[in-house]
Amino acid sequence: MTSSIAVEASRTPGVAAGGTGSRFIHHPWVGFSLRRLGGLVLSFVVLTVVTFLIVPLIPGDPAVIAAGDGASPAKIAGVRAELGLDLPMLTQFLNYVSGILRLDMGSSFVSGESVSTLIFTRFPFTAEIALLAIVLVLLISVPLGMTVAILTRGGRNKWLDHPFNFLTSLIYSVPQYVVGTLLVVVFAVTLRWLPAAGAASLNSLVLPTAALMLGPVCVISRIVRRETAVVLDKDYVRTARGWRLSALRTHARYVLPNLITTTLTLSGLILAAQLGGAVVIETVFAWPGLGQGIVNAILQRDYPVIRGIILVLGLLATLIIILVDLILAIIDPRNLGGTSSDV
Amino acid sequence: MTTHIQSRPAVLYGAQVSNLNVRFGSAHVLKDVTLAVPAGTVVGLVGESGSGKSTLGKTLVGINKASSGEVLIGGEDVTRLHGKRRRQMRREVQYIPQDPYSSLSPRRTTGQTLAEALDPHGANPVQHREAIAAALERVKLDPSAAEKYPHQFSGGQRQRIAIARALMLEPKLVIADEITSALDVSVQADIIRLLQGMRGTVDSAMLFISHNLAVVQQVCDEVVVMFQGRIVEQGPIESVYRDPQHDYTRKLLASVPGSPGFSLD
Amino acid sequence: MSTGAGLLAALILIAIIAPLTMTQAAEQLTANAALGPSPEHWLGTDDFGRDLLSRALVATRLTLLMTAGAAAISVVAGVAIGLAIWLAGRRVREVALRVLETAVAYPSLIFALVIAAVLEPGVSSAVIAIGIAGIPGFARITANLASSVSSSEYVVTARLLGVSPVRIAARHMLPNMAEPLLILSATVFALSLVEISALSFIGLGVQSPQYDFGRLLNDSLGALYTQPVEAVGPSVMIALTGLSVMLIGDALAAQADPRAKRSFFRRSLQRDRTAGVPAGDTALVRAENLRISIPGGPQLVKNISLSIDPGEVVALVGESGSGKSLTAMAIAGLPSEDLAVEADMLRVGEMNMLASPDQSRLAKDISIVYQDPGTTFNPSLRMGSQLTEVLRTHLGMGGAKARQVIIDALANVNITQPAQRLRQHPHELSGGMRQRAMIAASIVTSPKLIVADEPTTALDVTVQTDVLRQFRRIHREQGTAMLFISHDLAVVEALCDTILVMKSGEIVERLTSAQLAARDVHHPYTKALLAAIPTLEPAPAPATAGAPTP
Repeated sequence: MTSSIAVEASRTPGVAAGGTGSRFIHHPWVGFSLRRLGGLVLSFVVLTVVTFLIVPLIPGDPAVIAAGDGASPAKIAGVRAELGLDLPMLTQFLNYVSGILRLDMGSSFVSGESVSTLIFTRFPFTAEIALLAIVLVLLISVPLGMTVAILTRGGRNKWLDHPFNFLTSLIYSVPQYVVGTLLVVVFAVTLRWLPAAGAASLNSLVLPTAALMLGPVCVISRIVRRETAVVLDKDYVRTARGWRLSALRTHARYVLPNLITTTLTLSGLILAAQLGGAVVIETVFAWPGLGQGIVNAILQRDYPVIRGIILVLGLLATLIIILVDLILAIIDPRNLGGTSSDV
Repeated sequence: MTTHIQSRPAVLYGAQVSNLNVRFGSAHVLKDVTLAVPAGTVVGLVGESGSGKSTLGKTLVGINKASSGEVLIGGEDVTRLHGKRRRQMRREVQYIPQDPYSSLSPRRTTGQTLAEALDPHGANPVQHREAIAAALERVKLDPSAAEKYPHQFSGGQRQRIAIARALMLEPKLVIADEITSALDVSVQADIIRLLQGMRGTVDSAMLFISHNLAVVQQVCDEVVVMFQGRIVEQGPIESVYRDPQHDYTRKLLASVPGSPGFSLD
Repeated sequence: MSTGAGLLAALILIAIIAPLTMTQAAEQLTANAALGPSPEHWLGTDDFGRDLLSRALVATRLTLLMTAGAAAISVVAGVAIGLAIWLAGRRVREVALRVLETAVAYPSLIFALVIAAVLEPGVSSAVIAIGIAGIPGFARITANLASSVSSSEYVVTARLLGVSPVRIAARHMLPNMAEPLLILSATVFALSLVEISALSFIGLGVQSPQYDFGRLLNDSLGALYTQPVEAVGPSVMIALTGLSVMLIGDALAAQADPRAKRSFFRRSLQRDRTAGVPAGDTALVRAENLRISIPGGPQLVKNISLSIDPGEVVALVGESGSGKSLTAMAIAGLPSEDLAVEADMLRVGEMNMLASPDQSRLAKDISIVYQDPGTTFNPSLRMGSQLTEVLRTHLGMGGAKARQVIIDALANVNITQPAQRLRQHPHELSGGMRQRAMIAASIVTSPKLIVADEPTTALDVTVQTDVLRQFRRIHREQGTAMLFISHDLAVVEALCDTILVMKSGEIVERLTSAQLAARDVHHPYTKALLAAIPTLEPAPAPATAGAPTP
């Protein structure tokens, strides 16, 4: 599900923590790159520590699980030594870190498959539906939100307010997995138009993507509507009216560009949150992506896989946010100053 | 206090600033600022936006940090203070902000706001009822104002409450930062009259920051002119206004609509 | 508000009553397995013969309790951490904010999965996992809100009074943050519901024999082909619960947003685009009995009449609330959309401003200069693109030609390197420069009328003089008529031919500049206004340190 809290967090007036950057860095792109690199390193460090801690914190002995049911104490001890679980904590951590840097995150307890390979096979499936969903979300919600805002500006067309609020609230209140389940019931089970599960054909993409995007379409169109209403009240829109520009020109040149920063920032957070939504959606549709992978891994207590996928999803989320910042900075160099999520 | 204060004539002053420098990163915002605001007087600080006048005000109250130089408040250098003493000295310098609509907490009554000035820990308006009434009286407001919330007052009345709050502690120095700029001219005139009427009844020194030279002339005893982070001229109002020495001061004086040098041609 | 609150109340009632009365139907194993919907079992039964409707209703209690628990953890800990971050020193705050930023970017559901993986699956671990996963987001919101509230002047002043940070947080910040935090709490509740149900749905939350909405949905997934109706109960219940909270949040937000209270009023426009100008009426602008009011509310401008001759500079002077800007904007054809504008006549040249005159003609004939040059330009477009709008749109000029015209006009108002300025964004220019650019753009169409709404109020005095000089020069060189709005009699005295003094929506006095210069004024308000305007006193001040009397 989309993290609307993250959305709100980025919307509220920011803390001027970054400010205009350090006094030592004069070129804006240098400061920008350093800050983003710093952010990436920070989340990498946090993620590494957190994923490492999963194993010591988890109840039960990982060696017992790895050795399989009914293994002899000797075998368990062997497995423990093999996995390095008998080493001091610090050594284990260092081994873990050096493993990550060599892209070696161990092998699955269950299948014995290398975790890196598993991630590389599963990743494209998740990326496919997540990217498709976000592109469609933006294409639908920006025009929708703007249109509703323009139609209802200054208290016009009040009749539109309630249906829009109610419908977006309603659809947003239905979790993605419920939407998914209902879509399966209607289109796969009852109408038999589309496959209910698996990733066999392009048709299989339709239902998971639809389930993933309906909620975000509602949130983002609400946000776009609210932001548009704010921009419509700005003095420069009045200036454009004073120049008697046509409605189309005013909205395209004086309203839309001033929505982009907020909308893209939020979309970045929402795309990142899609990774969470994908977890559940993939379970509903038996979609062979990272989400299904991690759920299976958690149910089977397959620690190396849990660690690997959590790490990758976390880095992906960070990368998405950085990518959005980069796009914003290219579109409008004023965004170079602070993090856009601070704005 | 100690002998080192007695050795300085600065004890006479509400505030004495010497060679104050403020830098924000690579920007040198205040350059070698030296000025005195004697107790019981009002010193006007004029200059255009970006001249550093607001930065000076904020540095004196401790919102901005001095890079070098001395700020003596009642003879004590506040830039070197730490911990408890610093917090105590903070109460000796009070600040009246420009916008009367954001300077009062919307969810607190005037009484609560003023009580907090007297007693930052308890802030009980009942305990301090008389002091609050006296403070309101001083700014020509009815004692019943203590029960009301900021939204029930006009901009001018709110500014009076802000003035009452700043003077309540009888601080050594009050910084009035463009306190009439956001007001209508007739309301501004009321505040000017109020400040003029307080003359001689207030021991605090006041630094009156303004971009309006005519207002400064009516309210202040002395004037300090800032330009690009430096003080370019200072002295008694009459002599500076009659015989300005610096080009910038002349330009400022000639820019006041209705002044003798003002011309659009 | 009422819809959402009613819905939530009904759900709470169900949560209380259903477990008391329906537990047997919901949990008793019977032989009536896997029945379709029937009068006895509205939603049918599951494979064990349990009534599905009863199960969905009984599950409401556990779901609501879990959601409330998780939301409470997120909100309480989030507010505490957010405030603590604000209370901490600068260094700690910056690091903490960076960490929060990273944490917020991380999908909270996956975060919850990690926690759920560490804990044994079950009710309490689901609540804890979702609760903790929601903390960073709420902490960040609180920290952001705290930072915006703490930069407000009442907090700064309280700090200067020596109020301790903890007391500032309790007395000044929390009360002023309560409303947005409450609205966001509704969102947190909705989110927690979705995520807790999601955990149960994928099998990491509530375990059999206990059941919540998510667990029921999970059960239905296995029977999706044989018994699709099984998914209906829990789906509808989740949707209704989420909806009720969302609607409450919407209503709270709408209450806090003044925009939502606006009512639109469709101004009736006259059909005739051209106004009949009687022979002998040489005025460029004529307003007769102009009335502006809030529909169904007070009248803001009351029957005022004025005229502007070609080449005449007329000032409207008054304090805030006098109606001077409303009048000017009505004359310019840009009245605020929620106001009713009526008049016996309102024309500029032959254009009937009570109708909808030709837009190109309006753009060419009337130029407007606004008060705050900091906000009148679109921050995302370059200056050149904006300043040439009218030339390109309404005069049909090509881009290159329009740029050249604007470059010349900018040079005329003493803007250095005009060609380079056109490539800059508004924020790269000073306020005075932006205002001069606005003036330059306003004259390139050779308008008949310039409406200037307090064009110097936001500027420094020295810049103000410069800008006023530009108006004077334009008037002298092009003979453009102007309607100049100001609160400062001294400013208009130097610039205007005719001065109209406005108070509470009425013109109380009409003066020529000569009358004003001679202080030949009669209305008490004008006199009061004149007295109130601080002017430099050339008179020698007393030699003592005493106060010069006003």
